[in-house]
Amino acid sequence: MTILDVKNLSISFYTRNGTVKAVKNVSFNLSKGETLAIVGESGSGKSVTCYSLLDLLPKPPAKIESGNAYFEGSDLLNCDKDAMRMHRCDDIAIIFQDPMTSLNPFLTIGEQIIEPLIKNPNPDKKLARKDAKLQALSLLREVGIKNADERYHSYPHEFSGGMRQRVMIAMALITEPKLLICDEPTTALDVTIQAQILRLIKKLQKNRDVAVIFISHDLGVVAGIADKVMVMCDGEIKEQDSTNEVFYKTKDDYTKRLLAAIPDGAKRLPNRSTKNILVEVKELKTYFKNHTKKRTDANYFTRAVDDVSLKVFEGEILGLVGESGSGKSTLGRSILRLAPIYDGSITYGGEDIKNLTKTNLLPYRKKMQMIFQDPYASLNPRMTVYETLSEPLLYHKVASKNNIDSLIYQLMDDVGLARGSIFKYPHEFSGGQRQRIAIGRAVATRPEFIIADEPVSALDVTIQAQILDLILNLVEKHNLTMLFISHDLSVVRYISDRVVVMNAGKIIEQGITEQIWENPAKPYTQDLLSAIPFPDPIKERKRATWL
Amino acid sequence: MLKFLLSRIAQAIPVLLVVVTATFFIVHAAPGGPFSADKAVPPEVIEALEAQYKLDQPVWRQYISYLGDILSGDFGPSFKYPGRSVNELIMAGIPITAELAFYAMLVALGLGVLSGVGAAMRPNTLQDYAPMTLAMIGICMPSFLLGPLLVLVFGIELEMVPVSGWGDIPGDKILPSITLGTGYAAYIARLSRGGMLEILSQDFIRTARAKGLSESTVIIKHALKGGLIPVIAFLGPAFAGLLAGSFVVETIFQIPGIGRFYVQAAFNRDYTLILGMTIFLSTLIIIFNLISDLISIWLNPKLRDEISNG
Amino acid sequence: MHEGNIQSSETEPVSSSLWRDAWIKLSKNRLALFGLFILLTLILVSLLTPIIAPYGYEEQNLALGATAPSSTHLLGTDIFGRDMLTRIMYGGRVSLMVGFVATSVALVIGITWGAIAGFFGGRLDAIMMRIVDALYALPFMIFIILLMVVFGRNIYLLFLAIGAVEWLTMARIVRSQVMSIRNQEFIEAAYSIGLSRWLIIKKHIIPNTIGPVIVYTTLTIPSVMLLEAFLSFLGLGIQPPQSSWGLLINYGVETMEEYPWLLIFPGIALSLTLFALNFLGDGLRDALDPRASKD
Repeated sequence: MTILDVKNLSISFYTRNGTVKAVKNVSFNLSKGETLAIVGESGSGKSVTCYSLLDLLPKPPAKIESGNAYFEGSDLLNCDKDAMRMHRCDDIAIIFQDPMTSLNPFLTIGEQIIEPLIKNPNPDKKLARKDAKLQALSLLREVGIKNADERYHSYPHEFSGGMRQRVMIAMALITEPKLLICDEPTTALDVTIQAQILRLIKKLQKNRDVAVIFISHDLGVVAGIADKVMVMCDGEIKEQDSTNEVFYKTKDDYTKRLLAAIPDGAKRLPNRSTKNILVEVKELKTYFKNHTKKRTDANYFTRAVDDVSLKVFEGEILGLVGESGSGKSTLGRSILRLAPIYDGSITYGGEDIKNLTKTNLLPYRKKMQMIFQDPYASLNPRMTVYETLSEPLLYHKVASKNNIDSLIYQLMDDVGLARGSIFKYPHEFSGGQRQRIAIGRAVATRPEFIIADEPVSALDVTIQAQILDLILNLVEKHNLTMLFISHDLSVVRYISDRVVVMNAGKIIEQGITEQIWENPAKPYTQDLLSAIPFPDPIKERKRATWL
Repeated sequence: MLKFLLSRIAQAIPVLLVVVTATFFIVHAAPGGPFSADKAVPPEVIEALEAQYKLDQPVWRQYISYLGDILSGDFGPSFKYPGRSVNELIMAGIPITAELAFYAMLVALGLGVLSGVGAAMRPNTLQDYAPMTLAMIGICMPSFLLGPLLVLVFGIELEMVPVSGWGDIPGDKILPSITLGTGYAAYIARLSRGGMLEILSQDFIRTARAKGLSESTVIIKHALKGGLIPVIAFLGPAFAGLLAGSFVVETIFQIPGIGRFYVQAAFNRDYTLILGMTIFLSTLIIIFNLISDLISIWLNPKLRDEISNG
Repeated sequence: MHEGNIQSSETEPVSSSLWRDAWIKLSKNRLALFGLFILLTLILVSLLTPIIAPYGYEEQNLALGATAPSSTHLLGTDIFGRDMLTRIMYGGRVSLMVGFVATSVALVIGITWGAIAGFFGGRLDAIMMRIVDALYALPFMIFIILLMVVFGRNIYLLFLAIGAVEWLTMARIVRSQVMSIRNQEFIEAAYSIGLSRWLIIKKHIIPNTIGPVIVYTTLTIPSVMLLEAFLSFLGLGIQPPQSSWGLLINYGVETMEEYPWLLIFPGIALSLTLFALNFLGDGLRDALDPRASKD
């Protein structure tokens, strides 16, 4: 039985810089209990499509140009305010991407959950606060909140990201809606938490027979949970079919590219590691001081890296994986002496660099470089590409005024930037191009060792694949050694020879990448690996028995 | 929370001490010496002064004894009003100024919050531009200009309201309250518009709408609390501003409040009165700053928690 | 969720710095342009006042007395027969000067203080900001009045006193701006290249903090002028024979029933200037600091 039927939906944004057609002639439908995944990169119009169903787009600038969206026969796009309130309250619920910002920090979670009941515009469904609370408590228990009676009175900041997302889910389901829209509900979460939330959504859906629209940028995530997949790009539907058809009999080129972009399987380049140790870290402790606390306070230090030892061999790509807060980034920064080291030693090519003065460290700054996560924050917004790239070259006297231009053009060719954009500023580039500039800066001085801190996690999937290939090519071409930091296990597997797993400031496990994947020794690593979704519906359904 | 409260109060004490010390020594550094005998000052005042400030003694001793006096709540005799103590003069003026400040605050909050929230609900429409342009005019039209203009138009030309006094003729409280409150209404309008716009752009407002809450619930229950925190935090400084503004307004409208006393004391070089009043007003301002600070912290559950957990 | 059209920038041939973008944005804002125009006119007139003023500053004509605006005296005359236009021009010179000088005092102290606290952070920052917080709690207005009473009305004291109040907010703004820049990855990138601290401050931090500083400076000038006018109105600021708009308004109030133009014209001069500067400041904020909300 079809409950949602969207026909020829077109949406435009009228901005000062012109009109953007965000959604172009989109049609799809959904039956009771069915799961539709809408997959696309940023700007594809996938969220806009769904927000328009609940009239959540800011108008202006948004305008629905044409189309109908029939929910059980009534048109969502052409209904009055009261009817829309009814739909929002009782029929259709939505879970947003970022659980940190989607709950009101000024109200208790209990209050927020019961609101659709106690403020229900339908007098038949309206509940007294006391009864609403009972329902909320049982739902909180169902979504896995322990001590629900106590937690009912807590504020959002008292919950972790995963727990907040559970609260969001409870809030969405409190009125027993018939359609649940999940807008990238796990994107902001760690991979193990992501697996839990996906499992929870699936379980609740089964119990209630609710239809689900699952929006994601990641085909891998939806492989196991979706019945149908719709791929969007630039506001258009590229492909729409059953999940198996889309994955196994892909028709559209863009979808093929999306699938190909998912890092899958082992490293494709040969291992170039040697037996020579390039960087060695021994018993490293990096502690941040907490200036609001007293020195004697147990929490005066935040122990970001706590007694870590590791070796990086010349020519290898060492992957460093961990979830947020594991200390992996701080470890990388510590090696470059960018973080406050408390104790331990760091040697580079056998020389101690932990105790070097700034001046004596300078030659090593030329040999070690870093690529940062956020291409929007890692470039000075007031410097052109030319200035950004020339800074390290001139500072380390790799180039002089005479040959700087040709070196910079050479560098731009290397990282795949058009020469014509040499005097442009960062804000004129897309995220992927910015990351190319940042990579250019890092390799400018011909370093031997590069630390790449989540270099692709802020990028779209297809861009991510291009940047990973660029990094691999540069490593090959310049014979680089690399420490590659990432939360994304598939990316790490795809790129690294050896891998180190970190959690809570300590190393859990390290070894040859493929050996760890096949045979993880520690329970933490096992959990981590088993949480990765396969971009393959049949395999995924087989593996995730809870489906 | 109690610990935090106490620590904030403890922080205010050195500030108060700085105020008292600075004021005392500034007055004592007055060219020619503030307490040098002057024909206009009656002998009994000089005697009282000498007794209180121990004028024959070194300055630091005078300072210590003055500290002792104000701790027991005694600001000493007035220099120019024979036979009256500073305490009496303050007590005579403060109820009037407090009433004026209260009405002005009502004007400021009522007008400011309403127009600011209204503007934020429909940004870039007439409902936004009209009050915000008025607010800008309010900010650029200081009380010492607005007051006389209001008097000129509504008092003298239209003869609608009395133009001076306080509580003598019905309606004489209207113009002073509006004069004093308008500037702050303008600031509060801008602050509450900014605060509300910030909150209304947050994800959780979208969540609230998606739940099917009515627009009034979204605004009142979900947005106001966070949106008005900047306004609450501004109330402390606004209070200080109202007191300073009362100097002007009470002068223009000839209101016998504490502000007018202060200005007169300044012109009369009534050093003891100025000294006492500065300390008294500063204390009030510091206390109000503290209160508005505490309320704005208390309104934010996260800050509240961070504080009670040390 | 809507992300604009990222691709379009790839084909765009002209490059534009953030400064140029800001100027383009500002030049579309008519109110801000109007503010800029008024400000520039005012500065020009102030500089040229001794040359272009129609009458001498102290030129009295007791026989004439107070007259309404006419072709010989565009803005009328006061009770001593002095030309109001001339007096407003001279008064504006003083008001503007107080505005600029006191703002500069605030700027120098505030930027130094805020930049040091923000850049070095940690305990030094905690102590420096604690001092600012404590000073915030002081009732400065009352203190300025006290200073003026005790030491007599002195324009230099006025500069210093007003500057001493206004630097606090500047210090806070600069600090928070430096803090947010300092924690950006491009500063880490500069460190990882090995740049010296000084170079990092010069090349990476200052250019990125300058926008909000300009904005706040533009907004400080009117509030300083207002403070000066307030004090002068109370008879505690500028001292005759020097004049300022606040003082002129004070005189105007005394005779407003008979000669309203003596109040209205200086009032318009002051309000218009404050208006212009505030609009310019708001416009600059929108242009230079798009994230900052309009409070």
